[in-house]
Amino acid sequence: MDLAYYPGCTLKTRAKNFETSALAAMSALGINLVELPRWNCCGTVYSLAEDDLIHHVAAVRNLIRVKEQGKNKVVTLCAFCYNTLKRANLVMKDSPDKRYAINIFMDEEPDYYGEVETAHLLQVLRDDVGWEKIAGRVKHPLKDLKIVGYYGCTLLRPQSVAIDSVERPTILQDLLKALGGTAVDFPFATECCGAFQIVNNRDIITERTAAILGSAAKSGAEALAVSCPLCEYNLRQTQSSTKQPQSGVPVMPALYFTQLMALAFGLDLAVCGFEENSPETRAWLKNKGLIS
Amino acid sequence: MTTNVTREKKIKMIPIFVMGKRYEVPETLTIMKAMEYAGFKFIRGCGCRGGICGACATVYRKAGDYKLYSGLACQTVVEPNMYLTQIPFYPANRAVFDFSKIKPEPEEIFKLYPEIFRCVACNSCTKVCPMDVEVMDMIAQLKRGDIAKAAEMSFSCIQCGLCASRCMGELPQYHIAQLARRIYGSLIALRAKHLQEAMQAIVSGRYEECLRTLMNTPDADLRKIYQEREMEPEMTGEDWTPKDKKCL
Repeated sequence: MDLAYYPGCTLKTRAKNFETSALAAMSALGINLVELPRWNCCGTVYSLAEDDLIHHVAAVRNLIRVKEQGKNKVVTLCAFCYNTLKRANLVMKDSPDKRYAINIFMDEEPDYYGEVETAHLLQVLRDDVGWEKIAGRVKHPLKDLKIVGYYGCTLLRPQSVAIDSVERPTILQDLLKALGGTAVDFPFATECCGAFQIVNNRDIITERTAAILGSAAKSGAEALAVSCPLCEYNLRQTQSSTKQPQSGVPVMPALYFTQLMALAFGLDLAVCGFEENSPETRAWLKNKGLIS
Repeated sequence: MTTNVTREKKIKMIPIFVMGKRYEVPETLTIMKAMEYAGFKFIRGCGCRGGICGACATVYRKAGDYKLYSGLACQTVVEPNMYLTQIPFYPANRAVFDFSKIKPEPEEIFKLYPEIFRCVACNSCTKVCPMDVEVMDMIAQLKRGDIAKAAEMSFSCIQCGLCASRCMGELPQYHIAQLARRIYGSLIALRAKHLQEAMQAIVSGRYEECLRTLMNTPDADLRKIYQEREMEPEMTGEDWTPKDKKCL
């Protein structure tokens, strides 16, 4: 099965390992993620100002690109892209006045009415593939691995775009279980990592990630499964014990859920790109007997 | 004289508006020729007159049409009732850098032109480009780190600056694209092996004697040598070489 795929800029620069592992893992499940031949940055952050329509243009343009391919569904991996595309689509679907203004501004493109569905890869795994089929593909179960699913913000908020229960999501844990791992619940699963505050206020990130990682450690987890490249970046940047010996942030690998899929499916390790994760990641995987 | 008058009578005159003032010009002229016909004298905003240099970027509107059109004054033929003005120069931020310290990484471009992330994909740059460069998509390629693709997409850019004039994110797209092409050309594109070999031959002094002989030859003899040189035949294969191989 072919699915239209929107990568987003970060997966081509700072989170290449997210993309390579996802493409390989999905291919192992018989699904080809076909990158849109033409796309632009999604706009990164959904603009909350009521009359700020120009910041929806980038996202809508991408949805038109999906339509141009004769598709009505597009898959994203980056949680931020997912959120921005999905919410911009709701504007085009539900607000006739805004839709008119955006369509008339983009007069070089065909009119758009919100007909493209944006799906996050986790939704595809749950709803189109199914946990059983995924479990059936596992060659090396992630047994003895205690992992928390860390969702962050953009997969679950606001409720209108949530891929799972806003209060008690289970989709990441369900995937981890299908991969043969032990999914550990922890109270900080949907807390914010501090997001773009990393740019000018690193202390906020250190404080947030210390709380998240501390809670995960207290719950008995050894690693986090993530879906957002910004969460991954923040978790990695602030916890490195060598960089910040006084921070008190526990050291714990944060892995993209697709890397865990590739591991469990027994795929070529090169697709995982573990060298781009925190330096401790490889040591931990080696210690667990998952890589040599 | 009579013929000239007859010809002039046949040429249809049309009204155009240059910076708001009406002029009657022959309908067959380019914008540049029409402006000169109307009495303007170009000391800026005119360069090659061949559609290459990018000096004569012009924006215009047509009566009753909200669309903004653009073109090079030397390449665009006038239309009745076009309202036009030239934009010979547009002030745009141009980063200063030491190219010898630049690495072939997108972050280098992001550091020099952080405004690249102010792009909202409005596409106004693409719409105004007189060379049909997909400017917005080119910027999108850079944001995702593909310098080679951006260099390729901006290949036809003539640096007229119209993109920057329309950009709500205040990006200097044409300067950014030029940096991308420089990085691609000198640090990413594969090096030609034969060029390196030729350079080595020069450095090793292989042509010294040939050149020195020529430099010491009197003018009259030089002229004779030039006139009597062996010409490459018009139809010949790639492996053609002259009979005298002394200086090859």
